Amino acid sequence: MSKYIRLTKGLDIPLDGKANPQISKTISSDIIAVKPSDFKLVIPKLLVKEGDYLKAGSPVFADKKNPQIIFASPCSGTVSEIVRGEKRKILEIRIKTEENNNHLQFEVPDIFKSEKEALINALLVSGLWATIIQRPYGIIANPEIKPKAIFVSGFDSSPLAPDFDFTLKSELENIQAGVSVLSRLTTGGVHIGLNADNHASTPFHRLEKTIQHIFKGPHPAGNVGVQINHISPVNKGDIVWTIDLYSLAAIGKLFLKGIYDVSKVIAVTGPRVKNPSYVKTYPGMAISAISDMADKNQELPVRFISGNVLTGENVGEKGFLGFYHNQITLISEGRYHELFGWAKPFRAKKFSFSRSYISWLMPKKEYSLDTNLNGGERAFITSEVYQKVLPMDIYATYLLKAILAGDIDKMEELGIYEVVEEDFALCEFVCPSKINIQQIISDGIELMVKEMA
Amino acid sequence: MKVLRNLLDKMKPTFSHGGKLGFLHSTFDAFETFIFVPDTVTKRGAHIRDSIDLKRTMTVVIVALMPALLFGMYNVGYQHNLAFGLEKSFWDTFFFGFLKVLPLIIVSYVVGLGIEFIAAQIRGHEVNEGYLVTGMLIPLIMPVDVPLWILALSVAFAVIVGKEVFGGTGMNIWNPALLSRAFVFFAYPSQISGDKIWIEGLTNGAGVVDGFSGATPMAIAKAGGITSMTGYPGFGDMFFGFIPGSIGETSTLAIMIGAAILIFTGIASWKVIVSVVAGGVSIGLLCNAFAPNPDSYLALPFYNHLVMGGFAFGAVFMATDPVTCAQTEKGKWIYGFLIGAMAIIIRVFNPGYPEGMMLSILLLNTFAPLIDYNVVQSNIKRRLKRASVKTKEA
Repeated sequence: MSKYIRLTKGLDIPLDGKANPQISKTISSDIIAVKPSDFKLVIPKLLVKEGDYLKAGSPVFADKKNPQIIFASPCSGTVSEIVRGEKRKILEIRIKTEENNNHLQFEVPDIFKSEKEALINALLVSGLWATIIQRPYGIIANPEIKPKAIFVSGFDSSPLAPDFDFTLKSELENIQAGVSVLSRLTTGGVHIGLNADNHASTPFHRLEKTIQHIFKGPHPAGNVGVQINHISPVNKGDIVWTIDLYSLAAIGKLFLKGIYDVSKVIAVTGPRVKNPSYVKTYPGMAISAISDMADKNQELPVRFISGNVLTGENVGEKGFLGFYHNQITLISEGRYHELFGWAKPFRAKKFSFSRSYISWLMPKKEYSLDTNLNGGERAFITSEVYQKVLPMDIYATYLLKAILAGDIDKMEELGIYEVVEEDFALCEFVCPSKINIQQIISDGIELMVKEMA
Repeated sequence: MKVLRNLLDKMKPTFSHGGKLGFLHSTFDAFETFIFVPDTVTKRGAHIRDSIDLKRTMTVVIVALMPALLFGMYNVGYQHNLAFGLEKSFWDTFFFGFLKVLPLIIVSYVVGLGIEFIAAQIRGHEVNEGYLVTGMLIPLIMPVDVPLWILALSVAFAVIVGKEVFGGTGMNIWNPALLSRAFVFFAYPSQISGDKIWIEGLTNGAGVVDGFSGATPMAIAKAGGITSMTGYPGFGDMFFGFIPGSIGETSTLAIMIGAAILIFTGIASWKVIVSVVAGGVSIGLLCNAFAPNPDSYLALPFYNHLVMGGFAFGAVFMATDPVTCAQTEKGKWIYGFLIGAMAIIIRVFNPGYPEGMMLSILLLNTFAPLIDYNVVQSNIKRRLKRASVKTKEA
């Protein structure tokens, strides 16, 4: 019996450029990059040097603090360059791929009969452990701690998000195997949140060994953090794990075939894409491989975002797809001055959550939003608007102010354990004071990790 | 537009850090962003942002104030006509009021914005838009005959002591506009009290129609009881606003139009407005029920309280100030209800002042953090309880 949870708070931003359900090409870019910065708070310990030959699944670097957690190469090829930044910080490990992808063959234990430790070890050795994220903090899980439960979101509600029913339709068997593995690692069960709009038709409701919950409502209903908050909130001392469906499929493939296969179908979306559609690729692919899909015949330059417009990263045309990202979004850079923009009565091309412009009159309209900040940064003025887009039992302003003050006790009391940056992305979008709220949450989490270690 | 943009771009280096007039950087910035929405793009976090900003928020409030302001201007002329027995056309009447009110608005903005700009300059911040609304609110809650120097002083007091010492817009405890009114009220009681200040020219006294007092309905009811109100403006006049009073607060109808704009656009919290009215009605009804005799002030029908004095204006434009009102949604209900209740209690039971709205809102501004504290504590307790229940299971 699945539980039905209805959320009223939130917002679906009507952005133009949703992907058509078709795979327009398979991308095997010449160069792919493994980026340590994709993994929150991980300090990399390099395991390869330039010129090394790697197979798909060969370790590239390990976490300095927890060396058993390793990060693998998604494709086979030769390490062509190690890009370093300030203080010799490792930014990218670039790999020149070869035409035929060679997989490292892993010896994998039986999903049902082997010891739990053997399962964990297989995940660690293969590099797939990095797909398991823990709450609090949204960092890679600690393999020594048994989680209270495991949570998976069965849909992505963020703007122009890929439709998992489409991208993962052939992966059901692998996902099932992944669920079977993870369900052996917790006593609390594997919970999956399904979208009320299609919970009967989605293939994921057929997944066995899952506890299913049905969510109805606007974004962020698909955020796993919001779902956890309504299913079984994270308390002080609790550890839960979260993982996405793509990663479950990869774990399934590891245990069924013995290979590290993280290839995935991602959505190329946004108002500056000529024909928004899906492509089959690997994490770390060069963004330049989809340059031809960008609509460059406009005055404003294009911003290339790995991920969605709310939480993604501005990687630029020469950048690479992030490890956890299932989407690329192209929007216009809003570098323009607008004469008396704030005073114009209508401003029909702009979208607002408030009704102070006329976008509320056109609920069906899709907008070509750009990166203009639409104002200047100010102090906190309103608090009500955050609460309207945050369907969690958390007082946003108070938590944010506690973080700004560096008050650990208050942060703990006000629910820092339950949130990660993406849960506050909509608060950041609607904020009239243009405060970088996700950055504040990120700083707060970093402080907690440091203080609690 | 291009010409203007080019001009600004040419001036910009002079006003930037290191430029000749670099110390005026905040001021230049304020003017530039007033004319053009800046070309700043998102650097961190969400790549797209809502098109609303503080300028827009404040603009909506200004628009919502327009009905009250325009009616207030007309009413200044209308009351003047009544007092001096003049017959003037609609436009002449309005124009008379317009000329009387305009200097108040100008003084309020010049003094207030001047201080804001200097403060922003000293801090090196951008100029905050908060004063755009405060600067309009202050003239609207002043009697029309207030001397301009007193107005200027009260604005300076409100902005410096009420806002800047706390760190500027967003940090203040009390509503700055009400603070300026309170300053005038307590610092200059001799110039600014009694029945004559509400109507232009009445303080002067020459040429007034015989027997015309100029007292507000509230003062009349307070002084003489209910019976003394016969012959004076009735509920209808008070609702539409044809009564003496502070410039913007006489017409409940005009204020309600403003309230509709604020609630519809989502700028002001409807919870606060509704709960202020609920608080006022509750105490009003209680007073009615316990009135010792029908002529007692307690017997004043509760609905009159809603249209008299600054009740409606305070509920819609003052209590809802997002900075000084309660920050939590539950807290807003409590905060609003107590404002309405306290306002009527002060009106009915205190012998000194006829009006209680100003003091009531300032009082609850003071207590809003305490209300919020308790609401947030209950959230914290809920979270702690959840955790302890879990450990028992384990």
